[in-house]
Amino acid sequence: MRFGVVRFPGSNCEQDVVHAVEHLGHDAGYIWHGDTDISGYDAIVLPGGFSYGDYIRCGAVARFSPVMAEVIRFAEAGGPVIGICNGFQILTEAHLLPGALLRNVGLKFICRTVSLRVEESACEWLDLPAGTVVRIPINHNEGNYICDPDTLERLRAGGQIVLRYCEPDGSRTEGGSAPNGALDDIAGICNERGNVFGLMPHPERVVDPVSGGTDGAAFFAAIAKRAVEVAS
Amino acid sequence: MTLETLSTELAPKLAVELGLKLDEYEKVVTILGRVPSVTELYMYSLMWSEHCSYKHSRKALRMFPTSGEAVLQGPGENAGVIRVGDGWAVAFKMESHNHPSAIEPYQGAATGVGGIIRDIFTMGARPIASLNSLRFGTLDKPRQRYLFEGAVAGIGGYGNCLGVPTVGGEVYFEEAYEGNCLINAMSIGLMREENLTRAVGSGPGNLVLLIGSTTGRDGIGGASTLASQEFDEKAEDKRPSVQVGDPFEEKLLIEACLELLDESLLVALGDCGAAGLTSSISEMASRGGVGVDIDAAAVPQREDAMKAFEIMVSESQERMVAVVTPEKLEAAMAICDKWGLRSTVIGTITDTERFVVRMGEEVVADMPAATLAHDAPLYDPAMERPAYLDELQAFDPMTLEHPETREALSAMLLDLLASPNICSRHWIWEQYDHQVMVNTVVVPGCDAAVLRVGDTGRGEVSGRGIAVSSDCNGRYCYLDPYAGAQIAFAEAARNVACSGGRAAAITDCLNFGNPEKPEVYWTFHESVRGLSDACTAFGVPVISGNVSFYNESFGSPIYPTPTVGLVGLLDHVEQHCTMAFKRDGDAVVLLGRTRNELGGSEYLKVAHGMVAGRPPKVDLVDERLLDELLVTAIRTGIVRSAHDCSEGGLAVALAECCIAGGRGATIDPPGGLPGVAALFSESQGRVVVTVAADHFDALKTLAATHATPCVKIGMVGGDRLRMGGLADVSLDEMRAAYEPTLERLVHGAETLQSEELGEG
Repeated sequence: MRFGVVRFPGSNCEQDVVHAVEHLGHDAGYIWHGDTDISGYDAIVLPGGFSYGDYIRCGAVARFSPVMAEVIRFAEAGGPVIGICNGFQILTEAHLLPGALLRNVGLKFICRTVSLRVEESACEWLDLPAGTVVRIPINHNEGNYICDPDTLERLRAGGQIVLRYCEPDGSRTEGGSAPNGALDDIAGICNERGNVFGLMPHPERVVDPVSGGTDGAAFFAAIAKRAVEVAS
Repeated sequence: MTLETLSTELAPKLAVELGLKLDEYEKVVTILGRVPSVTELYMYSLMWSEHCSYKHSRKALRMFPTSGEAVLQGPGENAGVIRVGDGWAVAFKMESHNHPSAIEPYQGAATGVGGIIRDIFTMGARPIASLNSLRFGTLDKPRQRYLFEGAVAGIGGYGNCLGVPTVGGEVYFEEAYEGNCLINAMSIGLMREENLTRAVGSGPGNLVLLIGSTTGRDGIGGASTLASQEFDEKAEDKRPSVQVGDPFEEKLLIEACLELLDESLLVALGDCGAAGLTSSISEMASRGGVGVDIDAAAVPQREDAMKAFEIMVSESQERMVAVVTPEKLEAAMAICDKWGLRSTVIGTITDTERFVVRMGEEVVADMPAATLAHDAPLYDPAMERPAYLDELQAFDPMTLEHPETREALSAMLLDLLASPNICSRHWIWEQYDHQVMVNTVVVPGCDAAVLRVGDTGRGEVSGRGIAVSSDCNGRYCYLDPYAGAQIAFAEAARNVACSGGRAAAITDCLNFGNPEKPEVYWTFHESVRGLSDACTAFGVPVISGNVSFYNESFGSPIYPTPTVGLVGLLDHVEQHCTMAFKRDGDAVVLLGRTRNELGGSEYLKVAHGMVAGRPPKVDLVDERLLDELLVTAIRTGIVRSAHDCSEGGLAVALAECCIAGGRGATIDPPGGLPGVAALFSESQGRVVVTVAADHFDALKTLAATHATPCVKIGMVGGDRLRMGGLADVSLDEMRAAYEPTLERLVHGAETLQSEELGEG
């Protein structure tokens, strides 16, 4: 099992993802954004950061990187693709996932550990039981998920909402539990097929007890485990 | 073609306009043996500005101890470097960006971060953490809210994009900083010892390679017109002198430069900071004892018709200067190209020891290279103890009326917790990515940040750690600069010790008013003397630093603010400590002695609106013993929490431990003192620790061997902080006072502004 972590100019969480994957006992390698050959990888990760400085719009330039055509082909063939934070933004810009990520509702960057509820979903990436609450940091300026009403209906009906922001006990408040104002408290979604998964939180930051705690370890391990199953 | 010099009438006038004094101009003429050209005059005026030459401070700075067993590189390079064990080393430095930020807070703060980070990776280190030390006026003023919000956004905007975590810092709001905010940025980098790189140009025939951004007219004269003069009503006109940052370009520079160094493709590397190409190239040349021949026309320009002098002194950001051998040029440029960075040969190293600048064929400057960096005149400014000190120091806070009842003292505790100088800083640090690189072990909000020594980018993670803190209470320094500087050091060391770190070395950022005023210079000299004595007493060297003078506006200086950035070491990073109360039933222990010391305290300011009296006494021998005791007690696992007493005294320290741990405590406060002093005295050398009840004796024994007073004062538990007849407040009340202050001040202010607009 080998994870390929794409390195765009301006990515800055790629080394943390590789560290997390290796910490969990899997192989990982970097894929340069200019590469057009991604064979040899069983799963692709688009990491967090500020690809191309997030100039114009988050992910708007990165989607034109040469490697993205290959990533799209890989995803269309059913290969597991996950986008974390900036990676999620790139996936929406590349139309591998619906909707968009706007500026946080408070117009401030937010770096904070939040509660997330795992939803019943079609996501092939996660084998945690629905209702599980995990504590994982978010770290973004543009995490305010939005889509049109029809798309939202489709996401709900198709089990494409994978993660929602919630209160520590798993409930959701009426005014919304998303610190960034995301529609329907959406923190992570997948495509219809379930093999492409985008999320704003950073599970790779909480797999090591020394730094940040272990709450994300189970989460990331579940991702890794499913990726192995899907890939094989 | 001969060099075109200025006319003898014009040259001295231009020199003065550029910030040189007439006798300094004469010295330039003597060095050159003729009248300078316009390019030469610009270059000298920048390099001999206070900001670049330290001409008013250099002699005083010789007091600092700068050597030590762990020191790999002391002051004089882009940053200092110490060994941390197992072949690892850390580079660190703090620097001010006060004046640009006072004009344009977002870009001023952002480029401050960018500049100090370049100093770090120039040394061959990967930047792994940033801290900042900020001072503003009070937030009831709209301009101060604008500066505060803008500076925080700028620090976050730049650091977050780079993927370097911002892990700590400090902020105070005082009237004294209203016309001149302070933005001090500290960066820490990690390297293997063998990767240490110095900015020493050598090898005649080698090439000078400019990497990164194009050069424009931004920041021209920033070091001389902004950083080395007082502010007046024309400050707004200086906005064009503020540089604009591009963190994406800097991120690429970090990766490219570290790759170039890893591949051993460079002879030397330097960054373009203040005074741009002039300073980086002249410093490299003078360190290496060589000359350089630069073609300014070869420098990629982003504006039309730039003159040679503009190109040579532009402070356009995100540029690096490297020296490469001709054989390795192609490989070096290929790496720059891979990262999408422009790289251009702009000159060669020569054996003439002269700094020659051409514009194509035309020679526009020809100077002895070392004179730019080293021959600035050094001054011994006049000193005079300020007249205000006697009156202020003679003030006795006990002559005031103080709250005495439990109700009044409890209310005062809540007022202090809500004070902008004490309240939670989460509104600030949640705007900073403080976790990227996954080495942050203790996040902001505790006494010190703790980081694992590791570079996940290289797949190398060790079990070692560093603890970092930056500190300075400007009020204490105003009331007694010698003691105040020592307290700044002692508090930084105590914060690091509370986290389990042994103080290893410091950097400093010395922020003062106009050194040409004898009273200001006296406060500077006293602060340097105090800091030197503290360092010597602890055996801790100063390995880098920065002096920022002329922090005045409309003729009145800021509080003397010698900020200390201290790095401590942990052999095993998991053996660290935080301030949160951990378990009900644990004994609460006070290490150190409480005296009636309310001079310069936050209580005096909040309750009486006064900054007066003598700051608390500091005993460096006691402080060092206390720190050693803490490090041992934390390493051996005796203590479960540790938090030092600083602004707001024992009561605020206890409240912070309660809030962080979500638990109350029942405390028997120190006796023999008036209630306000027992609760809010800011006596130094005190730390609140908790131990499992059956570990108290072990702590007591350890404390006795460190000659440190150790008294059990209570027990953790419940949901209230009860301090006998002096205070009784609930966790919810404390949280409500402590947590939302900054957000309320900034957000409430926005509401107010829109109301004002509505009425208008």
